[in-house]
Amino acid sequence: MGCGYSLPDRDSRQLGRPNSENGGGQDAKNLRVKLVLLGDSGVGKSCIVLRFVRGQFDPTSKVTVGASFLSQTIALQDSTTVKFEIWDTAGQERYAALAPLYYRGAAVAVIVYDITSPESFSKAQYWVKELQKHGSPDIVMALVGNKADLHEKREVAVQDGMDYAEKNGMFFIETSAKTADNINELFEEIAKRLPRPVIT
Amino acid sequence: MDEEYDVIVLGTGLKECILSGLLSVDGLKVLHMDRNDYYGGESTSLNLIQLWKRFRGDDKPPPHLGSSKDYNIDMNPKFIMANGMLVRVLIHTDVTKYLYFKAVDGSFVFNKGKVHKVPSNDMEALKSPLMGIFEKRRARKFFIYVQDYNESDPKTHDGMDLTRVTTKELIAKFGLDDNTVDFIGHALALHRDDRYLNEPALDTVKRMKLYAESLARFQGGSPYIYPLYGLGELPQAFARLSAVYGGTYMLNKPECKVEFDGEGKVLGVSSEGETAKCKKVVCDPSYLPNKVRKVGKVARAIAIMSHPIPNTNDSHSVQVILPQKQLGRKSDMYLFCCSYSHNVAPKGKFIAFVSTEAETDQPAIELKPGIDLLGPVDEIFFDMYDRFEPVNEPTLDNCFVSTSYDATTHFESTVLDVLNMYTLITGKVLDLSVDLSAAGAAEE
Ligand SMILES: Cc1cc2nc3c(=O)[nH]c(=O)nc-3n(C[C@H](O)[C@H](O)[C@H](O)COP(=O)(O)OP(=O)(O)OC[C@H]3O[C@@H](n4cnc5c(N)ncnc54)[C@H](O)[C@@H]3O)c2cc1C
Ligand SMILES: Nc1nc2c(ncn2[C@@H]2O[C@H](COP(=O)(O)OP(=O)(O)O)[C@@H](O)[C@H]2O)c(=O)[nH]1
Ligand SMILES: [Mg+2]
Repeated sequence: MGCGYSLPDRDSRQLGRPNSENGGGQDAKNLRVKLVLLGDSGVGKSCIVLRFVRGQFDPTSKVTVGASFLSQTIALQDSTTVKFEIWDTAGQERYAALAPLYYRGAAVAVIVYDITSPESFSKAQYWVKELQKHGSPDIVMALVGNKADLHEKREVAVQDGMDYAEKNGMFFIETSAKTADNINELFEEIAKRLPRPVIT
Repeated sequence: MDEEYDVIVLGTGLKECILSGLLSVDGLKVLHMDRNDYYGGESTSLNLIQLWKRFRGDDKPPPHLGSSKDYNIDMNPKFIMANGMLVRVLIHTDVTKYLYFKAVDGSFVFNKGKVHKVPSNDMEALKSPLMGIFEKRRARKFFIYVQDYNESDPKTHDGMDLTRVTTKELIAKFGLDDNTVDFIGHALALHRDDRYLNEPALDTVKRMKLYAESLARFQGGSPYIYPLYGLGELPQAFARLSAVYGGTYMLNKPECKVEFDGEGKVLGVSSEGETAKCKKVVCDPSYLPNKVRKVGKVARAIAIMSHPIPNTNDSHSVQVILPQKQLGRKSDMYLFCCSYSHNVAPKGKFIAFVSTEAETDQPAIELKPGIDLLGPVDEIFFDMYDRFEPVNEPTLDNCFVSTSYDATTHFESTVLDVLNMYTLITGKVLDLSVDLSAAGAAEE
C-alpha cells in the first residue's frame, strides 16, 4: 500500500540538470534545491510528498509507481522563493538498493519514520549513516515522525525523536500526511534553514 | 521475491539497466538483481579503496592521493557523442534529468609520432599542422563537400551516388593522401579498421557530419560529453527510471542462478533458497557462462596523474586516438583522460586510460606507445579482460545475453547491442527520432 503519483512529467527536456552543486542555484532571492526522502518502506514518504505537492492523500493506490521527480515552490516572508526538486525513492529503499546517484547534490534530506513503528525509528539511524557516506557534509537534515494521526497506536515517544534529532544535528517534527498536519510547516522550516548564497 | 515477473534482469551494467528501464516503461513487470552490493557491474566507477582492492589486493591507497571518496574511476571509460545514439536514448527516456553532463575539452589524434588536434571543418583544416599547404587546400574542399552534402538534395552530391561510390573512390576524387585519410577515417569518422575504404562512402560522410554537428553543439573542443561523477552514474540513472516505472531492485543477491525446465526454457531465478518465476531473463555474460563464447581480449592501463596529457592544450578531459597504421598494429589504441573537472578525482588529479584490443599477453609492452604519451604517472595499473558474446538461441530458451564491452572509448556498439536486444525481447523497434535540439548543455 502506498501513495501513487502520475508518471513523471516529460516536458522538461534538458540534456542534464543544471550543474548546481549543493546549496542550489540561481540568485539569492530564488533558490533551487534538491531534496531527497529517506526512511523505511511504508513510513509514508511518498504520501508526504504527494500531500505537499498536490494537496492529496490517497490511501487506496497500491504501490509507489512513477514517483520520482516532483517539484514545488514555496514563498517565504522575506519574499524569497525556494523551489524544491523532490526525489522520492521509487521503492529502491526496500531492498537497500538506493544508488549513490540519489544523494548527489542533495541540499536537503528528510528522514522519515512511522511513530507507530519503533523498528522504523531505529532504521532512521541506518539512513543517517548512509547520508554520511554518500551525502554532502553541509546537507540540511530533518527527522520526521509521520502518521501522527495514529496517536492511539503510538510506540515512539516524541521525546525520543527530539533527542535523536538533536544528537545528530537535525531538526525534528511530527507530521500526518493523512490529515496534512505539519506538512507545510516541515517544508517551510527546511526553507528557512537553507544556507543562502553569498552575494558578491 | 516469490512472485512472478515478465522479465528478470541480472547484473546492473549499463546495457542491462537501459533495457530494464525501457521494459518497465513498456509496462512489463521487472525484477532486477545484482550479485554485487553496488550498481554498474563491469561499467561501474570505483573509488580509490575499491580500486586498490581490485588491482593491488589491499585497501590502503597512499594518502598523498587524497580522499578515496573523491575518485570515480570508470571500469569502462567511454565518451558520449553529443548527437549520438546514447544521447537519443537519454532524451527519449528523459533520464537526462537525473544526470549532470559537461563537454569534453579535447579530441586529438596521433600522427607521425605526434599528438594533434583533430580538425573537423574547412576552417580548422586550413590551420592544422597535420597537413602540408597543398594538402590543406584539398582537405578543405573535401570538408566543404561533406558539410554541404545533403542526402535528400542531389544538387549537393556533385554527381556521385554515395550509396555506390566507395570511400576510397570519393577520397581519390579529392586527391587526399594516405596520412590525411588515416585521421579522417579513424579520428573523425571513428572507424575501427580500414574496411570502410571499400564500403559505400555514405556511412563515412554521415559519421563525419555527426562529428562536426556534435562538435558544434556545446562549444567544447570536442564532439563529446561526459557525466559528472563518472560513467557509473549512467546505469544508476536508468535503474532509477526502471524503479520509477515499477521495477523492483535487489542488490547483493548471492548466486542468482537461472533455472530451466526440461526443454531448456527459462523458469525463473533462484537466490538464497527462493525462486522468482519469470518468462524471460536478460543478463550480462557472467550470469550465464554456458551460453557465451570468448571473442577477444582487451588490454588496458589505468593511470593516476597530477597533470593533463602533454600536448593536448591542457585539456582536463580528452580523447586521443592512435590509429592502427600509425603504430603498425591491427587495432587502434585509445587514450582517455578525465579529471577533477568532471568530479572523478580530487583537485589537481587526472585519471588516464590506455586501451586496445589485445594482440599479445603482455599489456605493459603492448600499450607502451600510448603510455609514453602520458608523461610521469603517480600510479599505474595494468589489466586484461576477456570479451564474450552470446551463442544461445533466445527463441528457444528465452535468455537474452548482452555482449561484453569493447576496447573503444565509444558507445556505438553498446547502444546498438541494447537496441537489438530490445527488439528481440519485445518484437518492437525503439523509435529514437527525438528532438536533439531541445536538449541544452549543462551550464558551468
Ligand atoms: C575510438 C572511437 C571513439 C568513439 N567515441 C565515441 C563516443 O565517445 N561516443 C559516441 O557516441 N560515439 C563514439 N564513437 C563513434 C561511434 O563509432 C559512432 O560512429 C558514433 O557514435 C555515431 O554512432 P551513433 O551510434 O552515435 O549514431 P549512428 O546513428 O550510428 O550514426 C549516425 C549515422 O551514421 C551512420 N552509421 C553509423 N554507424 C553505422 C554503422 N555501423 N552502419 C551503418 N551506418 C552507420 C548511420 O547511417 C547514422 O545515420 C567512437 C568511435 C571510435 C572508433
Ligand atoms: N494513518 C496514516 N497513514 C499514512 C500516513 N502516511 C502514509 N500512510 C499510509 O502508509 C502507507 C505507506 O505510505 P507510502 O507513502 O507509500 O510509504 P513509503 O513507502 O515511505 O513511500 C500507505 O498505506 C499510506 O496510506 C499518515 O500520515 N497517516
Ligand atoms: Mg514510497
